Amino acid sequence: MLEKVILAGLGGQGMMLLGRLIAQALMLEGKNVTFFPSYGTEVRGGTAYYHLTASEEEIFSPVIEEADALIMMNLPSYIKFKNFLKPDSKLFLNSSMIDKIDNEMNVDVFRIPATKIANDIGNVVASNMVMLGAYNEVKNLVSIPLFLSCLKNVLSGRKEPFYEVNKLAIERGAEFVRKN
Amino acid sequence: MTLTEKNKKYLLTGNEACAEAAIQAGCRFYYGYPITPQNEILTHMTTRMPQVGGTSIQVESELAAINMVYGSAAAGARAMTSSSSPGISLKQEGISYLAGSELPCVIVNIQRGGPGLGDISPSQADYFQAVKGGGHGDYHTIVLAPSSVQEMADLVFDAFDLADCYRNPVMILADAQLGQMMEPVVFNKEYKPVLSKKDWAVTGADGRERNIVKSFYSVKGELEEFNAKLQKKYRQIKAEEVRYEETNIEDADIVLIAYGTCARICKEFLNKHQPSDVKVGLIMPITLWPFPSDIIQKVSERAQAILTVEMSAGQMVEDVRLSVSGRCPVHFYGRTGGGIPTPKEILKKISEIVSVKEKVTCTT
Repeated sequence: MLEKVILAGLGGQGMMLLGRLIAQALMLEGKNVTFFPSYGTEVRGGTAYYHLTASEEEIFSPVIEEADALIMMNLPSYIKFKNFLKPDSKLFLNSSMIDKIDNEMNVDVFRIPATKIANDIGNVVASNMVMLGAYNEVKNLVSIPLFLSCLKNVLSGRKEPFYEVNKLAIERGAEFVRKN
Repeated sequence: MTLTEKNKKYLLTGNEACAEAAIQAGCRFYYGYPITPQNEILTHMTTRMPQVGGTSIQVESELAAINMVYGSAAAGARAMTSSSSPGISLKQEGISYLAGSELPCVIVNIQRGGPGLGDISPSQADYFQAVKGGGHGDYHTIVLAPSSVQEMADLVFDAFDLADCYRNPVMILADAQLGQMMEPVVFNKEYKPVLSKKDWAVTGADGRERNIVKSFYSVKGELEEFNAKLQKKYRQIKAEEVRYEETNIEDADIVLIAYGTCARICKEFLNKHQPSDVKVGLIMPITLWPFPSDIIQKVSERAQAILTVEMSAGQMVEDVRLSVSGRCPVHFYGRTGGGIPTPKEILKKISEIVSVKEKVTCTT
């Protein structure tokens, strides 16, 4: 098993947390992981992107040149990273913020209105967890309970009240992919 | 976050692993001034030091930090400071004083792009500064270069032991990528500090002769004598502490030499992009000072060529050329200002050096 994912979005869209959860869960499944963040000097508003590699074998370069999957939260991210796709890649788009993509894209495309779904369940910030649910439903990498236990560790203390909505967001993301 | 469970894997950034390893190695005094991309060291220290009865201070400047390290080290404690390139430049005076006073301590440089304020992306352009002295006077710090988050943790333990053992500052030389990327880490299971009796420390002279920690010698001849002693120590370090890893060097046509992040990229090249008609090996220095000259000299006697890969305009390559001493051609491939070499770029460079028939045997 070798999975190379690039996650990108606006600073504030939660790509760091999303990537960390996937990396954490895969690590607990016994995989080697490297999760490499890259962001500009700005905190909010700039593009933040992350390279996540997971493998049963030793991971050498943490830098991804061709991705198995892209999780793209907004249009500038898609434009920046579309050239990292290869023929059998999977492209996960937050269709609430990415309205059109190149016609010639010869990859599996999953359009998930993540921002809208998160907004509908009461917290627009949980759009990252909608994408997590969708991504994992397609890729079937780890069990949902494992993600939830990792999420519980992150959302402890004063963040605990946000656990339920994030859990719901993961479930809605998975459900959206099953139904569409 | 408690990270003390033995044999447990934690997903940590290189910076967090560095800070936690320092605490577990018995470092109880940390002084830092914020700078990206190493701020997680300061934040982790600020959280954890009070839990173990230690002191972590966000000080007013890099100079204050390095000089507070001097004070703690002089009193016999394990002390550390960290920064990134521009901040490390500011610390150079203090590092020279620490070396001149033979004080053990650990200095972490999570390098970013330069010169000047540069940028916040990965770089290896502080190599000269780290291994050639950096400050004034004839001195060396021991320089350790990790290439993974696990190795970052492991080398921090070793850094404190080496510092105490030789009464010498030790520098961890990493980069923005190693500082910020997350990988699983297991902390050193059965760590026991290599105990050295610090009978030179200034701990209060009640009942004994006073100790003096200084780097100033006013009597003619004393300083030369002291320098001779330092050089003797450096020769011993060179003889006993060289570390490196090697892969496929016995029958290699081309030997790559790279450390840190670039070593990871070269390993990727060896495992995924190796051309079938050219044998490529790799030497990964772990100690940059002392530099693994002997093994490089040895491979230069039979390899067709050596290729040094760095995130700089060519710094370590000078030490490689000194080691090779003209026995075989030494080539260089480097990226600067946040650029990271790719396996494909390495292949292209190799195909310029020797004829490569089959360009790529395996895609990414």
